[in-house]
Amino acid sequence: MSIIEVEGLSFGYSSEREVIRNVSFRIEEPSFVCIVGPNGVGKSTLIRCMNGLVSPTEGRVRIFGRDVSDYSPKELARTMSYVPVMTSDFNVLTVLDTVLIGRYAHQRWRTTDEDIEVAYKALEAMEIGDLSMRNFNELSAGQHQKVSLARGLVQEPRVLILDEPTSNLDVRHQMYVSAFLRLLVRKTGMTVIMVSHDLNLSSKFADKIIVMSPPGILYGMGEPKDVITERMIEDVYKVECDIVDDHGVPHVMLQSVVPDG
Amino acid sequence: MPPSTDYVERAVDLWANRHESASPDSEERLHVYRRHVLLKYAFIGASIAAAFLVAGYALTIGDYSIEFWDTYGIIWDYITGNGTGSTAEFVVMTYRAPRVVTGIVAGIGLGATGAVMQAILRNPLADPYTTGISSGASFGATLALGMGISLASASYAVVANAFVFALVPMVVIILVSKMKSSSPATMIMAGIAVMYIFNACSTMIKLWSDEETISSIFAWSVGSIDSTSWTNVAIMLVVTVVGIASLQLLSRRLNVLSTGDESARCMGVNAGQLRIVSLLIVSLVAAAIVSFTGLIGFVGLVCPHIARMVIGSDSRYLIPASAAFGAALLLVADTLGRVIIAPAVIQVGVITAFIGAPLFLYLIVKQKKEAWG
Repeated sequence: MSIIEVEGLSFGYSSEREVIRNVSFRIEEPSFVCIVGPNGVGKSTLIRCMNGLVSPTEGRVRIFGRDVSDYSPKELARTMSYVPVMTSDFNVLTVLDTVLIGRYAHQRWRTTDEDIEVAYKALEAMEIGDLSMRNFNELSAGQHQKVSLARGLVQEPRVLILDEPTSNLDVRHQMYVSAFLRLLVRKTGMTVIMVSHDLNLSSKFADKIIVMSPPGILYGMGEPKDVITERMIEDVYKVECDIVDDHGVPHVMLQSVVPDG
Repeated sequence: MPPSTDYVERAVDLWANRHESASPDSEERLHVYRRHVLLKYAFIGASIAAAFLVAGYALTIGDYSIEFWDTYGIIWDYITGNGTGSTAEFVVMTYRAPRVVTGIVAGIGLGATGAVMQAILRNPLADPYTTGISSGASFGATLALGMGISLASASYAVVANAFVFALVPMVVIILVSKMKSSSPATMIMAGIAVMYIFNACSTMIKLWSDEETISSIFAWSVGSIDSTSWTNVAIMLVVTVVGIASLQLLSRRLNVLSTGDESARCMGVNAGQLRIVSLLIVSLVAAAIVSFTGLIGFVGLVCPHIARMVIGSDSRYLIPASAAFGAALLLVADTLGRVIIAPAVIQVGVITAFIGAPLFLYLIVKQKKEAWG
């Protein structure tokens, strides 16, 4: 039984504006999967279809063999968590309270000692345990991303879906989070699916890479060494590059822009 | 893999074994969290105590002199069936207590509904005014007083009209929320649009009315908690208690909703459904109060704001805290209105605006970025 099975998936806001077209792939075993592709190619829409936030116009998504629409909201939340990045608003919550909200699908009424322990451990896993009683709104954009990740972790899902979780992080924390997620997959059997714009980070840490290309089609899926190629980057991104071997992992060195169209 | 794998591996191991071994800091962490929660209860307790004390003082105000501590004794004896039938008891239970209890119930209802409206519409300016509930009630009352058109018999003509029309904006907001591209912002804009329409309709009726009618419309619209009977208090009390108990049951879901609609759905909460159910409850509570008391501004706006600054946005605590603080603020405002230029009385709606508006301005200037992002 596949962990995730996407079959002939299409989605559009209208019949003329199709965002993704006939995308099919399977994730058979626990793995760290990165979805890459240029802006507006439907990466975020694809993950929103995968977690049932939007209904595809055609095709289907199966999670552990069941159609995503067959899950009850709480059941789906315990199976799959999606972490959009949180930003400041008028709400006043400590970092700990913000993370504890992620325990909703596991709680009955009150917050238990176990919930608090799990939330603290998630914060420590993201190296922000010392921020637990700080106001969430006082934190930087990078720290917001780490709190968002901690909230995704405390949901304790079997599949964790992340939308550009490292976009506001410095290089040290990008490396840390990516390495953490890769090891998390190895040690817990969780599947992590992450949308990213960073080809080298994806290439270094991902088990598999899904490449989306205009106009919302699946260009390819495979291991980084098979997918991250000069040809792919020119076809999909319209950029010339050199690929160098970095300890068996392809590393992209961008060279020049190719005229679009 | 990067060279720092060992360091990351320890972090992953710690997380992977989260349920097996307690951290050495567990006790300290739990202590910090419990202290954090205790502060929330302390604020709720302090607000209830303040409302209790102000209520006692409010019961002493009037021509017939009654000592502060005696007021509690009179009410306790009456409730427990040990009433003496004294003049003091008659004065308190017939004239003064309905006003004070109305103040408490209205404060509780407006404070709590303000907190929930702000949570579900994710806007710190949401309250019965900005969602059009007050202007709907005002139009209903104006229709009854100015044109004699009402949905109920004479004694409840104004109240019934105010209640029914106060619910119209909610219907519009819910219809807007069903639209594909709606957001909390479009919902609040719909409320404001309805508010302008109702205000224009009310103005038209006033233009056609004589001076006496305009005067009675004005008297209704300036919020007041006097001239209420125990029957009215009972209706308000039942709607408010049932409504707030229901909202309290939804409070954990409201916390999840505060993270955003998509995020809430991914955590197991149907955001659209929860928003409609909550909006229905808060509209019923606010409409029930406004229809009896007229327009009492700023309680629904300021109380959740102050409570949020002190205890945070966790709806499980913010709803009761805003309710308790609302009761205290409304009683203080009403009491001030009765003593500032006694024996003349300034209506509570005027005082809440006088206290609430500068306080609100001060808070938004002081808070700036922290409160508004």
